[in-house]
Amino acid sequence: MAHIQLKNVSKSFGSHTALKNLDLDIADGEFFVLLGETGAGKTTTLRIIAGLDKPSSGQVFIDGADVAEWGAAERDVALVLQQYSLYPRYTVRENLEFPLKSKLRRIPDAEIAERVARVANTLRIEHLLDRKTDRLSGGEMQRVSIGRAIVRKPRVFLMDEPLSALDAKLREALRTELKNIQMNLGQTFLFVTHDQIEAMSMGDKVGVLNHGRLIQTGTPYDIYNNPRDTFVASFVGSPPMNLVDGKLVSGRAVMAPMNFELPYAGSAANADGRPLVFGIRPEDLYLESGAPVEATVHDVENHGVEKILTLRVGDVMLRATVPARTAVAIEESVRFAWNPEKVVLFDKGTGVSLRHAG
Amino acid sequence: MTQIELRGVQKFFGAVQVIRDLNLKIDDNEFIVLLGQSGCGKTTTLRAIAGLETIDEGDILIDGEPVQHLKASDRDIAMVFQSFSLYPHMSVYENIAFPLKATRMSTTEVDKEVREIAKVLRITDLLGKKPSALSGGDMQRVAIGRALVRRPKAMLMDEPIGALDAKLREEMRAEIKRLHLKQGSTTIYVTHDQIEAMSLADRIVIMHEGVLQQIGSPSEVYAYPTNLFVARFVGSPVMNVVNASAAADGSAARVTVEGAAEGFAFPGELLAKLGQHNTVNGHLALGIRPEGVLVSREGADGYVPVEAAIIEPLGAYDIVDLKVGPQMLRARTKSGYVKSAGDRVFAKLDPTQAHFFDTASGNSLGVRL
Repeated sequence: MAHIQLKNVSKSFGSHTALKNLDLDIADGEFFVLLGETGAGKTTTLRIIAGLDKPSSGQVFIDGADVAEWGAAERDVALVLQQYSLYPRYTVRENLEFPLKSKLRRIPDAEIAERVARVANTLRIEHLLDRKTDRLSGGEMQRVSIGRAIVRKPRVFLMDEPLSALDAKLREALRTELKNIQMNLGQTFLFVTHDQIEAMSMGDKVGVLNHGRLIQTGTPYDIYNNPRDTFVASFVGSPPMNLVDGKLVSGRAVMAPMNFELPYAGSAANADGRPLVFGIRPEDLYLESGAPVEATVHDVENHGVEKILTLRVGDVMLRATVPARTAVAIEESVRFAWNPEKVVLFDKGTGVSLRHAG
Repeated sequence: MTQIELRGVQKFFGAVQVIRDLNLKIDDNEFIVLLGQSGCGKTTTLRAIAGLETIDEGDILIDGEPVQHLKASDRDIAMVFQSFSLYPHMSVYENIAFPLKATRMSTTEVDKEVREIAKVLRITDLLGKKPSALSGGDMQRVAIGRALVRRPKAMLMDEPIGALDAKLREEMRAEIKRLHLKQGSTTIYVTHDQIEAMSLADRIVIMHEGVLQQIGSPSEVYAYPTNLFVARFVGSPVMNVVNASAAADGSAARVTVEGAAEGFAFPGELLAKLGQHNTVNGHLALGIRPEGVLVSREGADGYVPVEAAIIEPLGAYDIVDLKVGPQMLRARTKSGYVKSAGDRVFAKLDPTQAHFFDTASGNSLGVRL
């Protein structure tokens, strides 16, 4: 049980503002992912919740109680970091037992054994229990680190880029595993990452941080389909959303650099003539022989299941995801259109989506 | 015009064999990518072709001539590494011109060559700068320029963009490909990144523990992997591989995932094609990529009821983990198609995208439906 709230939290280190007026509400049992680049304030947020740092102003609540005066130990949170920080001379079993053997806790040996066994089963590390941790692979070490957090039954799990040091295939496997563990435990997870794929694929909710400010919070679908501003639009999604400057002229999208035109389907109340940024996802651009705009194929990225094309129109580069069987060559001329229903309009000056501004 | 051929190449480091009986023929102008994990022998192979590493057995031929006894400098091959290895005290211009100094080219000719290659690589503005003033991408451009300026017979690249950040890596990858199309020199490129390999290569050479696993075009290695290693190494998310058995079902066939109650419908010809590899020896594995697992919210002919255990929304599409008996099959669906984890849905396998492997040898049985 843990419902975490941050109210108006700011944090400065000297003259540097790491967090600015952060409001965060993480429901009990939620898998919440904080997504941001290096220096966005993700780790600072985590450390403030863990009680390792004090906010310069604002309040932190765990289950409704203001925890300002609580030390890290009293908050009963478990931290899992990118570095494994296991005891190298201990076996996996001893590492898992360690947090339970504290004199303060006085947990009977039988219960310790039972908890370790259960965690080992959940994480599929039973066969490793008697191995020294320095004989483990990276993925196994990270499983043991997670196990050491789980075994304590903390109120909250705080995870700081736990998968970042692993190779791509292992990361992919552990992503689902971690999500599965969280669903089974039903506990609150706050997971911090710079990897938008991790954020999208694991989070019930995702919060996007930029320069110490929370830009948008929502489900992965919200964040992807309805980004609050051009920062979120270009940060989430791989390849990112295409962003092109332009204007709406009597219901048609006219791009500023090359004056190419595309239809627009949404309502354009008071957007006519004003400087805009058009946002369109690569999967919503398509090639068609009679389509309105001509482009040159600049690059082809082959993913097997599909191809991601970079299309060049003058100086504008656009990404389009097309089926694998699409035969195109670099420097070939193609024609493309977009799905007018999927276009997102951003204000050119503020970068904020017109849907959110209204 | 440069063809490169490896015949029966073997290489040992002490007792460890790092290249095993490698045979490979590379055509003129071809872009070959050596793909594999670290320690698979790809870099050693590259270095052996360049002459930076000796071989213990076999022949390396360039345009039909054995070169394994020639020094690196006599093979007329250029190499680009991940570390940029530029001369820090020289300007970009001097760095690019350096390999030409040893030749008898006149200053005006050198100048012409340097400016031409700089133009191709779009670094003309940088010619007067010192390497320390350049970004990582520009440094690698200069390194490539220096390699290309003497018009070598072949260009060898060892993870040239591995040290760059993701965005720059993408840009440079596109540039390397475009440069190849323009200059058309025989290129051998080493990487552990399968997307890089798929995007750059005319043909991919996949290596594992010193042994060549498969040579083929990107679409061939993706659609028809010759063994389980290739099947799992190429493609993301990774191909589903589960133990399975096939049985007759009237005139059709059923493929049942080990431990599952219900099988997936397949055309009857499957049984004949599997032959004795089916249940007889119990070594059959089914491989299917997530896009070959078709999901429906409603039951339909040939669809089997399954539970959606986990949904990973990736924006453009979702990856849904389906519980099939005790196993999981990952499916690729439209974004938001399966509403929530725990939902009952229906699944079918696309027979044309199914692969069958012998789990004992790991080899594909070559069944195509």
